[in-house]
Amino acid sequence: MSATGATVRPAAASRLGRAALGRRRDVNDRAMRGLAFAAAIVCVTPLAAVIAFVTINGIGAFNLDLITKGPKALGVGGGALNAILGTFQMVPLASLIAIPTGILGAVYIGEFAGRRSARLIRFSADVMVGVPSILVGIFVFTFLVLPFKQYNAFAGSVALAVIMIPIVLRTTEETLRLVPGALREAALALGVPVWRTVLSVVLRTGLAGILTGSMLAFARAMGESAPLLFTALGSRLVNVGNFAQPMDALPLFIYRNATQPNTTLNQQAWGVAFLLMVVVLVINVSVRARSAGRRVG
Amino acid sequence: MTAPAEPSRFARGTSRVPDLIFRSGTRIFALVVVGLLILLAIQLAVSGSQVFRTFGLSFITGTTWDPVAGVYGALPYIVGTLGAALIALILAAPIGILTAIFLSELAPRRVAMPLTFAVELLAAIPSVVYGLWGIFVLSPILKGTVEAWMIGAFGWLPIFAGPPFGIGLFAAGVILTIMILPTIVSISREVISSVPNNQREAMLALGATRWETVSKAVLPAARSGIVGAIILGLGRALGETMAVTMVIGNGEHIPSSVFDTAQTIASKIATTFSEAQIGLQTSALIGLGLILLVITIGLNIIARLLVWRASGALGDGPA
Repeated sequence: MSATGATVRPAAASRLGRAALGRRRDVNDRAMRGLAFAAAIVCVTPLAAVIAFVTINGIGAFNLDLITKGPKALGVGGGALNAILGTFQMVPLASLIAIPTGILGAVYIGEFAGRRSARLIRFSADVMVGVPSILVGIFVFTFLVLPFKQYNAFAGSVALAVIMIPIVLRTTEETLRLVPGALREAALALGVPVWRTVLSVVLRTGLAGILTGSMLAFARAMGESAPLLFTALGSRLVNVGNFAQPMDALPLFIYRNATQPNTTLNQQAWGVAFLLMVVVLVINVSVRARSAGRRVG
Repeated sequence: MTAPAEPSRFARGTSRVPDLIFRSGTRIFALVVVGLLILLAIQLAVSGSQVFRTFGLSFITGTTWDPVAGVYGALPYIVGTLGAALIALILAAPIGILTAIFLSELAPRRVAMPLTFAVELLAAIPSVVYGLWGIFVLSPILKGTVEAWMIGAFGWLPIFAGPPFGIGLFAAGVILTIMILPTIVSISREVISSVPNNQREAMLALGATRWETVSKAVLPAARSGIVGAIILGLGRALGETMAVTMVIGNGEHIPSSVFDTAQTIASKIATTFSEAQIGLQTSALIGLGLILLVITIGLNIIARLLVWRASGALGDGPA
């Protein structure tokens, strides 16, 4: 380093030079550490700003009609019941498809697959997470909307499921790695068949981690709008249980109402955004709070 | 971790029928992921092929998108996509890397933990909520401050020419910056944390300052992983839809400056697909999607390989 290089210089010059160099290094060190701290602050400021604005505007726009009524048939006004019920129908159905698929896929990678195929499936899941969600919407559109010439809520659920599967699979798989091999061996030594060992020993042990992953995927699906645009489409009608027809969702409601030049509609968008943000953040905070201690450090 | 030692935890020799059924059952579910990815690519390629057959490469270089005349050129949207992502990358890469360094190397644990948590929550906020905030809070602020100032100072450069709309390419870039920061920070942090401690100790023992240790010992070792993290962030920026659609202004032309309105591939699809005529018009939109898919999958493959290599064995450790 430059400090050691300085010692070959004549003594006097070296002492002076080293002191100056030391000061410069010290200043540089402090400056860069300060800069890194500033960057971290810049990084989390938007979180505070978004939460603050959505909370203030959202509470201001909140009223009982928003959660108890659908939009008025004519004109503006009414509430967002269509969107609330839509999200809480489509996301559970998507979870019903995605969570078992993701968990069983992870069981295969973790418990049975050879190294090469485990790697291939893991890699596909990671790439799948990176595919823009709007393309998932188009993909499902070509299978479940185009043939029936009808936008429908079932297609919406499938699109959300496609987004959830790789998330559930990856988190479950990482949890299964932490289950000690000795547990499996103990069960097998008792003569328990492999399938029962996996279901009642391995998955039971990893249950907390699997739940974490599933809840995070659930929260993610709640906030997705792009994959629903050409599948569930959205609807002004309150649709309960008819998955063959269009259905609304919270993010679709926000998008529609925010992009229209009408203050009443914009107000409703803030109210619904507040609702959505609270649910998503509560799920995330409660689920992550337990695992955060493990991940940091 | 016992996994890497043996190829699979349960020997293949199990002969019991229920076990074989269970094993092949789970295999089908695992292959669903691979299958979906392949199917998605094939389906977009097939549905988008009509526009490429009709226009060939001029679909990519064409600047006119006119459904009435039946002419489709994707260049304005490609430029919009790359422009917004580039702005995001220029802003997010330095902030993200410095934050990751702060969280993993410099901050005491009781500061790092809540900040790390906050960055994770940043990723949890739905895109459409960012969009709403972008329309009504961020763009008016940008219009009055950064945009006005930059046009005043650098307006003589064509790419910084005014007027400031608030809504536009720059606002989209700033929203994307916020949205890709968590990706860059969390992956860089993991990669930096996986640099072996003796690298740091050797530098400190030589009398290096904390920052010298970070910049000369830790960062070089983590470089390829950090590049991977940035590429993953770029991939996310290119494909992000709702927030961008809401703040980019939906201008159907090649943006003339960073403050101009524009349209990205994703926002073009989002705003027009459901009203498009089935046929050449939907094929053109799916063709746009295909361009986006090829770029994002390519970037993701490169990035994952870099991150996996940097953080240990090829995907056998937590990636």
